[in-house]
Amino acid sequence: MPLFVLRRLLSFILTLLATSVVVFAVLELLPGNAAQVVLGETATAESIAAMEDKLGLNQPASTRYLNWMFGMLQGQTGLSISYDTPTAQLMAERMQVTLPLAVMAMGLTVALALALGIYAASQQNKVGDVGVMTLSQLGLAVPNFWLAILLILLFAVHLEWVSAGGFPGWSEDDGGGVVEAFKALVLPAIALAAVQTAILTRVTRSAVLDTLREDFVRTARAKGLSRRQVLWAHVLRNAMIPVLTVMGLQFGNLITSAIVIENVFVLPGIGRLIFQAIANRDLIVVRDVVMLLAALVILINFCIDVLYAWIDPRLKVDHAG
Amino acid sequence: MPGKHSVWRRALRHPSFVAGGAMVLLLVLCAVLSQFWSPYPVGDIDIPNKLASPSAAHWLGTDSLGRDIGALLWVGSQNSLLVGFIAVGIGLGVGVPLGLLASARRGWVEEVIMRVSDFTFAFPALLLAIMLTAIYGPGLVVSIVAIGIFNIPVFARISRGAANAVWSRDFTAAARSAGQGPLAITWVHVLPNIASVLIVQATIQFAIAILAEAALSYLGLGTQPPQPSWGRMLNEAQSQMFQAPMLAVYPGAAIALAVLGLNLLGDGLRDVLDPRWARQR
Repeated sequence: MPLFVLRRLLSFILTLLATSVVVFAVLELLPGNAAQVVLGETATAESIAAMEDKLGLNQPASTRYLNWMFGMLQGQTGLSISYDTPTAQLMAERMQVTLPLAVMAMGLTVALALALGIYAASQQNKVGDVGVMTLSQLGLAVPNFWLAILLILLFAVHLEWVSAGGFPGWSEDDGGGVVEAFKALVLPAIALAAVQTAILTRVTRSAVLDTLREDFVRTARAKGLSRRQVLWAHVLRNAMIPVLTVMGLQFGNLITSAIVIENVFVLPGIGRLIFQAIANRDLIVVRDVVMLLAALVILINFCIDVLYAWIDPRLKVDHAG
Repeated sequence: MPGKHSVWRRALRHPSFVAGGAMVLLLVLCAVLSQFWSPYPVGDIDIPNKLASPSAAHWLGTDSLGRDIGALLWVGSQNSLLVGFIAVGIGLGVGVPLGLLASARRGWVEEVIMRVSDFTFAFPALLLAIMLTAIYGPGLVVSIVAIGIFNIPVFARISRGAANAVWSRDFTAAARSAGQGPLAITWVHVLPNIASVLIVQATIQFAIAILAEAALSYLGLGTQPPQPSWGRMLNEAQSQMFQAPMLAVYPGAAIALAVLGLNLLGDGLRDVLDPRWARQR
């Protein structure tokens, strides 16, 4: 087990490093100069020179890369060009919206998909199964931002139960509060969760069906356990492996899809931050947010890998031996 | 290997294949016919007639600039189809050769190709697209390239996996002992045997590309005006949601139908081209 985790840790660190190099290099290979991109085509030579100074462009790329990397690791990030605030502070503020949103959506996805997937598998080829599969086919086809708009049309425009967007904030001093903030995140979370639920339901169903065909299931049945007992005691644990893999990928997807959904609901999250940064050509914010989100996705996949070792005893033997 | 006729007969009896095929055919017809004819020119702005309800002249009504919604949807199909074709083309054109090379060479070549594709696969696609548009400015080309790049590891992985299975079969061993080189074996034996897997995956990636482009266009980072795009129509509709809610319904339904059709077609193709899989499910 420790050896397996160590290997994974090493690959995690290498992936992070490679990602940071790619993110840095993409911005480095800009057509022209970063200062020019930030200021636009009408900028004067002096203002460009001043911006180059501000961005540290007169230092060699390797120095800038190392400064950036160590700065990010210590939370000492560069200043946003348009907000003149350290990007770490901006990102921390915005994460207070995005992270709860993603966690809510993931919770919804897991609860619904496991229930629907197991139910469909237990009803294989019967009406219940066909119904769930048809629903999931629809869920796969509907763009999440369109579902978000439809939810706004129904609950905000037609029924007038909630506001069409915006975020009141978590603290009551800002005129919000936990309940209010929670309410503002419900529709976005549903919009985010729908597609992911459709995917995870299918994965769960086929993982359960695959496991049901295994020899140990037949043995367990032969030794006198009921179908239900076998399902809960043997099948689910084994079926969880592919389900977990997909869940890891999905959490990453949720965080990036949040960029779109936050814009539909005008939520001041990390997605809105990067979107506005693009409009303002604030490359520092774009770079740091992309790096943060990519790092989050990689971290989640690492955690999932480590979880495997815990769920699947075979992995421990294979890698430690 | 089943004959061509039996494949067709099975296909035409397969409900997903028929339903999905019909929807995709409809999409293709829209895209092709709209090149030659449109009920209204899409650039036709008619402010006095803005946000009109559906009528005989404008079947689906008009948008905030008085443009005919039906015409925008009709011509917008070109955009979705174009993005799908090019993005999947990039994935197939680069990913499949890489996967086949990895499979034919094995060893360090395979290791390098697979590591790089794992890495690209882990990097969120939407983020790269956003980063590229931040640098190069929003536009159709940038978004197609960003979506296409993410099809490369998908096809590299799947073609390597399928090709490895073919390489372990007896007939490739026989071809090798008959003196055929890896390139010839790949071309003559491997590629035809993995074609069905690639076709199925291409259909699914096509659907994903349409969804991704719609999301980027909705954010204003994809297709730019005046070229109509379903994603951007949704963006424009959102600001009119209280006056004209239906404007936000049609373009989304068009995207969903196109994606549903492609997904159903992919499912149907998988069952029809690989009957073993169909029985297993």
